Amino acid sequence: MRSVWTLAAMAALSVLTASTITLAGEPKQGGVLRMYHRDSPANASILEGATYSVNVPFMGVFNNLVIYDQHIAQNSPDTLRPELAESWSWGNDNKKLTFKLRQGVKWHDGKPFTSADVKCTFDLLMGKSQQKLRQNPRKAWYSEVNDITTSGDFEVSFDLKRPQPSLLAMLASGYTPIYPCHVSPADMRTHPIGTGPFKFVEFKANESIKLTRNPDYWKKGLPHLDGIEYTIITNRSTAILAFVAGKFDMTFPTHITIPLLKDIKSQAPNATCVVEPTNVSTNIIVNSSSPPFDNIDIRRAMAMALDRKAFVDILFEGQADIGGTMLPPPQGIWGMPKDKLETIAGYGPNVNANREEAKKLMQKAGYGPDKHLAVKVSTRNIAEYRDPAVILIDQLKSIYIDGELDVVETANWFPKVARKDYMLGLNLTGNSVDDPDQSFYENYSCGSERNYTNYCNKEIEKLFDAQSQETDIAKRKPQVWEIDKKLQEDVARPIIFHARAGTCWQPYVKGVTIMSNSSYNGFRYEDVWLDK
Amino acid sequence: MLAYLVRRLFLMLVTLFGISIVIFLLLRIVPGNIVDILFAAAGYVDPADKANLEKELGLDQPLVMQYWHWISGFLRGDFGYSYVSEKPALQEILPRIPITARLAGLALLFSASIGIPLGVISAVKQGTRLDYALRVVSLSGLSLPSFWLGLLILTASVAMFGQMPIFNPNPQTWLEAFATYAVPAAAVGFRSAALTMRITRSSMLEVLRQDYIRTARAKGASDAAVNYRHALKNAILPVITVIGIEAAFLIGGLIVTETVFNIPGVARFLVEAIRWRDYPIVQNLVMLIAVVVVSANFIVDMLYAVFDPRIRYTD
Repeated sequence: MRSVWTLAAMAALSVLTASTITLAGEPKQGGVLRMYHRDSPANASILEGATYSVNVPFMGVFNNLVIYDQHIAQNSPDTLRPELAESWSWGNDNKKLTFKLRQGVKWHDGKPFTSADVKCTFDLLMGKSQQKLRQNPRKAWYSEVNDITTSGDFEVSFDLKRPQPSLLAMLASGYTPIYPCHVSPADMRTHPIGTGPFKFVEFKANESIKLTRNPDYWKKGLPHLDGIEYTIITNRSTAILAFVAGKFDMTFPTHITIPLLKDIKSQAPNATCVVEPTNVSTNIIVNSSSPPFDNIDIRRAMAMALDRKAFVDILFEGQADIGGTMLPPPQGIWGMPKDKLETIAGYGPNVNANREEAKKLMQKAGYGPDKHLAVKVSTRNIAEYRDPAVILIDQLKSIYIDGELDVVETANWFPKVARKDYMLGLNLTGNSVDDPDQSFYENYSCGSERNYTNYCNKEIEKLFDAQSQETDIAKRKPQVWEIDKKLQEDVARPIIFHARAGTCWQPYVKGVTIMSNSSYNGFRYEDVWLDK
Repeated sequence: MLAYLVRRLFLMLVTLFGISIVIFLLLRIVPGNIVDILFAAAGYVDPADKANLEKELGLDQPLVMQYWHWISGFLRGDFGYSYVSEKPALQEILPRIPITARLAGLALLFSASIGIPLGVISAVKQGTRLDYALRVVSLSGLSLPSFWLGLLILTASVAMFGQMPIFNPNPQTWLEAFATYAVPAAAVGFRSAALTMRITRSSMLEVLRQDYIRTARAKGASDAAVNYRHALKNAILPVITVIGIEAAFLIGGLIVTETVFNIPGVARFLVEAIRWRDYPIVQNLVMLIAVVVVSANFIVDMLYAVFDPRIRYTD
């Protein structure tokens, strides 16, 4: 009898617990999410931006045609979701992508959203519009698009020169919001109007960015938050202390370095912190148009002298990834498997053996213990650049290369690289979408504006196009791996490591997902809520 | 005195004109303009887009024309538009001035109210333990960078009280107002207080050895009367000079203090504007600071005459 009562009590308790869990998991409406922002963005226009300092705070103002599922950390073709487009379909020849658009959506100023806005946005991006963007860093994404055509107010088609399945991935990026036709690009820089869950309130340079709930958001019941407020704090120590003291609900995404993460966990043990790859690679740019790096042997020797694990251990306490151009698995969709990676010269685990090979190449080029090669290693005057450059110089010593650090202010860095006024450069490359089309065409294609080293290989160009047209992911992956391997062997832009970084939030902040293969696509925040 | 005033005012104008040319040229000598920086941030450059933007911002014009547009605008009170925010520069600068002015004023007040009395005490008690202790304090004030002291204060307040004195634009309570302004003002003013203390002490020591002080004591004047009425009044001149100079130097300390305490004042804003090469903001703001500093020097010179009747400016 006693056991029956015990069972009954346990059953009642479990029902109570279950209902409590359900209640705790039920999103609550209201509250303002307080975050700090790491710096003051130049303006509020995502289409003109090339840093997530712009798209983190303003992504919530907008919608895309499609978007990556905001609650799945890994962006992949399987996680694409409709947003302003209700559905999409490819034409039979895979050269026409048609979107059926959502009806009844309104811009924040009350005007209706139609297919004309989609056409306006992409005409602007493709440089076909009367109005011009001041900067258009992602124009190359649409190089395969012939034209955008509308059919009525709620259907729009992208006519392509050739099949390009990755177009959907680029449309899902946080960098691809739909802009309204009736607001000028200049006004979008100072007072953006979108269709998204949050309306722009104000942006005070070096001070704050404020968004408020869009009460007419087309997704009923969303967003949960009344608003989001970013306080701009450029001093990282101050920002982290303020988070620890409870002034902020969340840190700026991926702003916490691995060593700092320990400090936060010790001072705010209840905080939830995640460490994810940022899809930013630290790499070496080589000026192969003039001596000594016009000699492929010296370039290869340098690439073979790298001890990538040492970089990762010193800078990230082991928490970073080694890979090629594409972000390595498991977070990266397209990165080479480890066994393939290790077949590339310089990636093998025996660093000493690699360096012996490198020394032979240096001797072949006329250098040795009695004749060292003096080089300048140029880099930006930012810790993320300077620190690995110092380690690089130290490692190059092992193969008769004496490096000298050449620190360049940000304003000078790009003009210096563009006019080829450097020998070696330590560079960071952020990828806004984990897709080979974005990375290959942007960074390695002949004539691309972001191909800093002017690497140009017509054979590889053909391979770029071949993988780009492949609709079957299983067939596309080996093609991508082969290209990635060739890029490393050509020492086009040797990749040293792929960084990881941390993000923390207070335990009452719910519904946050930090993307694991992109730092640019996960800030819609319409599902985020505060459990307090 | 009037002729001197007129001459000083004329010299002020010449100095400010010279400063305007130096500011303008220095900004152009610094490599890269905002167009370079915007495109560097985007990681690409399209020469046509770059040329368009330079034309839009007037950066394609000859330097003489650019200078003329700026200085004539400044004299008319037209500060132009910020290249970064695209808002009127004056609208960006003006709300930040009272914040920094409050901070600087409080820091100077802190400097004078702490530095002068402690300097006097240190001089009067020369060679005692108190004197040594105060000298250690003043030496540490000169040695500690204000950003370090600021971070120390922030870390201690978080560690001890779980609170963070971060800038509050609308303080509701006295405590909030105190945390907003007084703590950072103390952090930046500590160095000035230390300097003021040392100058007051040495100046007082010099005066205390004068014959008229001995005479005053011989006549039976009290210690307080001797120290404050006779000695301090005569020792204060170099202290005033130092406080005047410190007012000019304070802007340097405020840059880091505003950064550490995240105060949206003009000092931090200026650094950000320089980073972006936002010429309309930098030029006008530095000119405003120059006007303040030159005026402060002028006022200090005039105060000399007030405090020391022996000084009368004549031709």
